[in-house]
Amino acid sequence: MFTALMTNTWLAASAVAVVAGVTGFFAVGRGSSFAAHALPNGAFAGAAGATLVGASTLLGVGVFSVAGALAIGALGRRGRHDVATALTVVVMLAAGSLFITLKTAYAPEVYALLFGQLFGVSSAAVTVTLILGGVSLIALALLYRPLLWSSAVPDVAATRSMRPAVTETAFLVVMALVTTMAVPVVGALLIFSLLVSPAAAARCLTDRPGVAVGLGTVFAVAIVWVAIAVSFVTALPVGFLVGSGGALLYAALYAATRLAGRAGASRRHYRRG
Amino acid sequence: MNGFFADGAVHTALAVGFLVAVVSGPVGVITIARGQSFAGHSLSDIGTVGGSASYLLGTNVLLGFVSVNVVAAALMELAGSTRARSRDVATGIVLGAALGLAALFLHLETESSTTGATISVLFGSIFTLGSTTLPVVGGLAAVTAVLVAVLYRPLLFSSVHPELAAARGVRTGLVGAGYLVALATAVSLSAVTIGAVLSTALLIGPAATALRLTRHPGRAMLLAAAIGVAETWAGVVLAYASYYWPPAQRGWPVSFFVVTLTMAGYVGSLAVRD
Repeated sequence: MFTALMTNTWLAASAVAVVAGVTGFFAVGRGSSFAAHALPNGAFAGAAGATLVGASTLLGVGVFSVAGALAIGALGRRGRHDVATALTVVVMLAAGSLFITLKTAYAPEVYALLFGQLFGVSSAAVTVTLILGGVSLIALALLYRPLLWSSAVPDVAATRSMRPAVTETAFLVVMALVTTMAVPVVGALLIFSLLVSPAAAARCLTDRPGVAVGLGTVFAVAIVWVAIAVSFVTALPVGFLVGSGGALLYAALYAATRLAGRAGASRRHYRRG
Repeated sequence: MNGFFADGAVHTALAVGFLVAVVSGPVGVITIARGQSFAGHSLSDIGTVGGSASYLLGTNVLLGFVSVNVVAAALMELAGSTRARSRDVATGIVLGAALGLAALFLHLETESSTTGATISVLFGSIFTLGSTTLPVVGGLAAVTAVLVAVLYRPLLFSSVHPELAAARGVRTGLVGAGYLVALATAVSLSAVTIGAVLSTALLIGPAATALRLTRHPGRAMLLAAAIGVAETWAGVVLAYASYYWPPAQRGWPVSFFVVTLTMAGYVGSLAVRD
């Protein structure tokens, strides 16, 4: 499980998990789960386009996800945000279906890009993943204040000369970067699950932003490590293990905090009575 | 273009496209009013779980789609709340888990080449439908249309003013559940026939365009249905014509044309000042 061949897998997956855990805090807090789904899913069309013209997968995914982020940002300014996201993702996917039609015999690669093919990651891919992950984290650190302000109190953020539309587009571009680092190595499904469920689970336990970021990252890394180990032993797909693991963790914490909250409420009631 | 109206596959494509667009338009208007575009799109993806499970079990694909989608819609309703943000997260969690299951089913079934099935579920092809699908599609479309017509008033009321509707005695939970069943059926219907991509495009695109052009909900629903039918039929015509286009001489996908027209329609409607 820890041979030289697997080192790249562990490295790339851990890097993706750390960046996804941090980014997910903002994605969940801002209600951007749809964009977190749309960008990785649509970006696979970029990979299909890249093979059609003979460019690198990474370039295709990067161009498509950044273009998608800008489109959602621009359309979302004029109309409803979820409508903008829905239309952008279908345009990206439709372009993908066109590329696939124009180029025959593409099915296995599509499967890999959608559901992830974690074993057999090249060293070059790991380097690119680490660099893009670092850039994403730096961008999030720079955006930390305006992002927090505009998620928590949008009106106040607007009056404090932080333009919400600019902040939103900047955040979407960061998600596009995260997509670009993650989709070629772990697939669209995996990065989407990692963006949403660990951060949502962390939010069940704490309201403090710093703690939630840390906890979400720990959850994301733990889910990925367990998934890789289980997948290595049982040969079940990593995408299944991460997707269901994340959902189970969230469901468990959600139910637990609900029950604890109810118990606490009745205790208070009892004391008062 | 001579063979166009003589082609049986084209007849079926036009008929199915008509039914799907007519149902998707009104359901889409309510979906946008409730801010549920993400749920609408997710259900088309989640349906692939039902699709791949029914390939695995050898049962009817449409049945698998509908049942999985109704369960998923119920889970989203159960896990979410009225607040848009937590509903967004609930949809995301259910979608993530469902896609994980799809990955598992596909993994279990690799021997019998389901990758082709996933791709066909994802992108669909309106030209490969047998004429036997038509009655099933018509039946499900009728069920959805009746559901929307019955729920029309309470549904609009509870979508626009949830608190006020509840105060006036509208059972918002029940109405919401009824809407999700309508959404689940409409999406399954379109996803299994024309693919998940087109399903979302026809649900959201025409409705969003119509809502830019009129504020009256009933008129928006009719307009959305009309726009949807026009865009679908134009897409079918273009796809038929593209059979002779470069580079492959093999026809460009219908979904590409319909989606492009949908997006163009919406962007055009944004330019209209209200």
